[in-house]
Amino acid sequence: MSPAGPFSAAPERVLTVRDLRAYYRTKYFGISREVRAVDGISLHVDRNEIYGLAGESSCGKTTLIKTIVRAIRPPLDVVGGSVTFHFAGRDRDIHALNDSELESIRWRHLSYILQGSMNVLNPVRRVRQSFVDFAHRHIGKPMPEFLRHVESHLARVRLEPAALDAYPHELSGGMRQRVTIALATVCRPDFIVADEPTTALDVVVQKDVLGMLREVQQEIRSSMILVTHDIGVHANVTDRLGIMYAGRLAEEGRTVDVIRDPRHPYTSHLVTSLPRIGDVTQRRGLEGAPPNLAVPPTGCRFHPRCPLAMATCRAEPPPMVDVAPGHRVACWVTAPPDQPVTVQ
Amino acid sequence: MSAAGTLLLEVDRVRMTYVVGGLIRRRGVRAVDDVSLRLEAGNPEILAIIGESGSGKTTLARMILNLATPTAGTIRFRGADVTQIRSNRQRMAFMREVQPIFQNPFEAFNPLKPIDHYLFFSARRFAGARARIDFEAKADKALHQVGLSLAEVKGRYPHELSGGQLQRIAIARALVSSPSLIVADEPVSMVDASLRMSIVNLFKALRDELGVSIVYITHDLATAYYISDRVLIMQRGKAVESGDARGVLDNPQHPYSILLKSAVLSPDDAGRPMSPADSAGRPSAHSTSNTE
Repeated sequence: MSPAGPFSAAPERVLTVRDLRAYYRTKYFGISREVRAVDGISLHVDRNEIYGLAGESSCGKTTLIKTIVRAIRPPLDVVGGSVTFHFAGRDRDIHALNDSELESIRWRHLSYILQGSMNVLNPVRRVRQSFVDFAHRHIGKPMPEFLRHVESHLARVRLEPAALDAYPHELSGGMRQRVTIALATVCRPDFIVADEPTTALDVVVQKDVLGMLREVQQEIRSSMILVTHDIGVHANVTDRLGIMYAGRLAEEGRTVDVIRDPRHPYTSHLVTSLPRIGDVTQRRGLEGAPPNLAVPPTGCRFHPRCPLAMATCRAEPPPMVDVAPGHRVACWVTAPPDQPVTVQ
Repeated sequence: MSAAGTLLLEVDRVRMTYVVGGLIRRRGVRAVDDVSLRLEAGNPEILAIIGESGSGKTTLARMILNLATPTAGTIRFRGADVTQIRSNRQRMAFMREVQPIFQNPFEAFNPLKPIDHYLFFSARRFAGARARIDFEAKADKALHQVGLSLAEVKGRYPHELSGGQLQRIAIARALVSSPSLIVADEPVSMVDASLRMSIVNLFKALRDELGVSIVYITHDLATAYYISDRVLIMQRGKAVESGDARGVLDNPQHPYSILLKSAVLSPDDAGRPMSPADSAGRPSAHSTSNTE
C-alpha cells in the first residue's frame, strides 16, 4: 500500500506543518476572548519516524494534534498555516479536503489514538463489533476474511482472539490500551497520531504497551506523532522530539540531542529536574506558573520564568534558529540568530 | 503495647476485604492483605508506599486516615487503636494529628468557595482559633511554610490558581493544625512537570524543618528514591519488600520490585531506543487477580 522507501537516500516527508495557527475564539455577552493555543508552529515528520511532542498541560499539545488530524470543533479555529500530508504519492492539504476525501484518508492513511484511549471503546459493544464499525469498510474484505485479518493483527499486540468476544469492561486497562492500538493500526495507516497513549497505565504495563506500539509501527513502517509530557517515554521511544511551551515550539531536534544537550532554558529545566534512581542531588522547581494563553507574555513566552532572560526577550519573540544539523531552538540567549534563520 | 510509647504509627497485619458481586457469585477481594509498618515518634521520616493501581496503596492510606476500617488487624496511632475512636473529641484530636493531602488539587477544593475558606475552617476546627485575627494568623503562618502568603490567596477561587499553587495550599491546609503525620496520596501526579519538583522539595522541607512524618504514596520510583527514607513496595495488597529507600531501590530483591525498577523509563536512555525484546514475554501485572 505504501511506497516504502526504507533504503532510499533522502527521507520521504509524510507530514509538513507550516506556520500553523489555531486559536480558540469565544464571544459571550459581547466579550471576545482569544486563546492562542497553537501560535506559529512549523514541523515535519518523515516516513518511518516517531516524532515526540512534549510540554506541560495547557501548552497546546493536544490542540496542535487535533489541528493536524482535523478533529476541530468550534470554538477552535484554524487561523493560518497549512498541514500537508503526503499519502500514496500525493500531497493533501488536510484542511482543504472535502468530507468524502477526508473520510477516505482517515483510518486508511491517518489514524488517531485518543487521549485516555483505554476508555474510548464503546462499552455496550463487543470488541469484535468495534473492529467491524471502525475498520471493515476501509479494509474491504469479506467478513470472515476480515475477522481472520483482525485476529492475526491482534496477535501482534499479544492479545488472544478471545479478546474479540469480550466487552471492554472485561479487559484490564493494559489490554484495552492494546485493543485501541490494534484498532488504530489494523488498516496499516501511513500515519498514526497518539495522544498520551499510556498516561493512565501503570509503569510496568506502560513499558509493554510502548514497546508494542513501537514494534507495530516498525512492522507496518508508518510514521507517528507521540504526545506525552513524560520525558522518560520520549527518551525510550521517539526519534525526534519537539518541546512545546505556551503554544510555540521552544526546541526541536533528535531526541538524544535534545535530552543530552538541551539548548533552551525550559528544556534544560525539564531534563535536569527529573529525579533519577541512583541520584539524590537536590532538584529545583521552576518559579512562576505556566502562562495564560488568553494573555500570553510579550516577546518570548518563557521570559517571566526564565533564569537567563534579558531585555530583548521581553520585547520580541525569538526565531527558530539551527544550532546544529536538525536541532532548532527559539531562544535569544542560547541561540542568537546570527546564523540563517529558518521559517517560523 | 510495650514499645507503643515510642511509636507514632503502628500498622499491624491489617487486611481489608471488599465484597464484590451480588447474592450469587459473591467473592471477597483482598485489597490490603497482611500489611505491617511502623513510624517512630521523634524521628520524622518520609515513608514511600510504592505500587501500581490496584495494589492497595490508597486503601492502606484510607485506613491510616481512619476513613476506612480494616477487616482484620489493628492500626495504632501513638499507642491508641484508631478503630476504637468513638467520641467526637477523640476524633478531632486524631484528625489534628493526622492530615491528608489528595492526588488531584483541582478536585480537592470546592470550585464555588474561596480558597481561604478551607484554611480558616481548618484553623477554627483543629487549631482552636476563635477570633478572625487568630485564624487569619494561623492560615498565614501555614501558607508561609509552603512559600505563599495569605495576601496572595485571600478571596481567590480555585480556578484562578495553578495546580502547583493549589497543591501548596492543600499542604498549607494540612499544616494548619500542626500535624505529626501527613498522608499524601500521589500528591504530584496532577501537577505540571515544571512545578513538580518544588512540591516534592516542599515535602522534604516539612520533614526537616517542621518534623512532620510523611506517608508518601506514589507509583514513581524515581521520585520515591529522591525524597523517601524508607519504602514499602506493594503488589496486589501484599507488602513484598520494604526497607531503606536507597538500599531497596538500588538493589531490589523481590521479583516484583525488580520488574518495577526495570520498567522505569529514564531520560538517560535517550539514544538507545528500547528494543522490542524488552517487552516480550513479560508476565502481565494484571494476569492474576487478587481474589480469595
